[in-house]
Amino acid sequence: MFSEDARILSNVEIAPDIWKMEIETRLAKEARPGQFIEIQVPPFFLRRPISINEIKENSLVIIYKVLGEGTLKMTTMKDTLNVFGPCGNGFPIENQDVYLVGGGVGVPPLYETAKRYLKKGQKVQVVLGFNSKDQIFFEQEFKDLGCPVSIATMDGSAGIKGTVVDAIHEQGIQDPFILACGPYPMLKALQREYTKGYLSLEARMACGIGACMGCVVKDKEGHSLRVCKDGPVFPIQEVAL
Amino acid sequence: MIDLSVKLPGLNLKNPVIPASGCFGFGKEYAELYDLSVLGGIAIKSATPKERFGNPTPRIAETPSGMLNAIGLQNKGVDSIIEKELPFLAQYDTEIIANVAGATEEDYVEVIRKLNDQPVIKAYELNISCPNVKHGGIGLGTKPELAAHVTKLAKEAAAKPVYVKLSPNVTDIVEIAKAVEEAGADGLVLINTLMGMRIDLKTGKPLLANKTGGLSGPAIKPVAIRMVYQVAQAVKIPIIGVGGITCAEDVLEFLNAGASAVEVGAQNFVDPYVCPKIIQELPIVLEKYGYTSIKDAIGRSFKDE
Repeated sequence: MFSEDARILSNVEIAPDIWKMEIETRLAKEARPGQFIEIQVPPFFLRRPISINEIKENSLVIIYKVLGEGTLKMTTMKDTLNVFGPCGNGFPIENQDVYLVGGGVGVPPLYETAKRYLKKGQKVQVVLGFNSKDQIFFEQEFKDLGCPVSIATMDGSAGIKGTVVDAIHEQGIQDPFILACGPYPMLKALQREYTKGYLSLEARMACGIGACMGCVVKDKEGHSLRVCKDGPVFPIQEVAL
Repeated sequence: MIDLSVKLPGLNLKNPVIPASGCFGFGKEYAELYDLSVLGGIAIKSATPKERFGNPTPRIAETPSGMLNAIGLQNKGVDSIIEKELPFLAQYDTEIIANVAGATEEDYVEVIRKLNDQPVIKAYELNISCPNVKHGGIGLGTKPELAAHVTKLAKEAAAKPVYVKLSPNVTDIVEIAKAVEEAGADGLVLINTLMGMRIDLKTGKPLLANKTGGLSGPAIKPVAIRMVYQVAQAVKIPIIGVGGITCAEDVLEFLNAGASAVEVGAQNFVDPYVCPKIIQELPIVLEKYGYTSIKDAIGRSFKDE
């Protein structure tokens, strides 16, 4: 982990309120899929934790959703930004086929993860959930990797009407090995249905390195876990959501 | 090069920069980033007699020039801290200050008794000012008689110097500082966070699960400077200043206000390297303003020249 001023190579909107930024940074050498970086967005006080979408030789790609003033400000940033990281544990890369399940802004970290599983020769199935058709992003990117992609939308405007769980049911597969990132209701639904795999959590953070206890969740025995340091990736049944 | 060392009761600080309690855990995370031995000292996360999970989340909210937190004194309890955290800290050449908290006066005494024979702990910081717990904390720190009483009990139990961390959420901080000094405190730490709130416009409800939280960051620096300035002229015991420090210039401002050392809190979240950076820049800043020692800077704001 370290901090540096990274050069912004691009910063473009790829879907309504969904932006993709590529930064040139030495953090790329250390980063693993499922980790996040902490971005300084002046004049805002706290850094913004943003998941890593893609790890290249000398750059990182992040995808962020405009949710508040800080992320809105990020859309106007050019030249350089200060980054710290990489933070958190990341997704484990195991020797087995995998279902990657993403909901909304939880989709981005699954992309680099898909690349790593494919590189190991594993089969990668992708299931993406969105509210509606116009919010879909990264479907084509996963297809370009050669992954079969199922889409679920809450309003039924594309793919299966319903949630990612409905989309997995549709494929008739029992208890697949899952790596998932998305909103808590989606993660909860996956936790109810499946026993194998990992969930990546989102949380309001201050320090991002495990010191402040701002982002804790409880495990099923009531012990605290820090999303930023012990996570953001946890075994599917570990966290009480 | 200016000598940055500061001698305070129980504390031989190689420089006046101390990460503030609650913002630095027990040092482990920051030790991955730099050598903790560069620090003057470390005020470690609050210890209570038993494990506390703390408050529900969200516990963090950003504010203009700062943040609100409502952690709620999450810690594993003093026994676990002695077993798991202090041996790690013992390997560093820096002065460890134990922040002591509790729900009752007895809690403070119990934690102190357990830490008394831990050589790594050089002084206590009584946390009678946490705004995020229902019992103890700020309840003891907002009335002079109560603050004095818990200070007296702590002093009787303590085998090391006792600093009392005061709350800014009071009408007259000088009155409380004097009461605590009279009760035997060896030093003061001021200020803790200011109680605040943010409301989520989407729900119309408070953003923090605890509803209120403690405001920290640059937003509170002028309040802290004012309080250090007032208290420093009213007491003889040394003051450790804390509140919104982000750079060496801020440290000098606290020294001028009357502090003998400082704690750096929320800025550790913004820039995890802020403490070593400040330590590096402090001699340059002191020289720039014509000081030849730390001592010359302390309390200059109210001294005749």
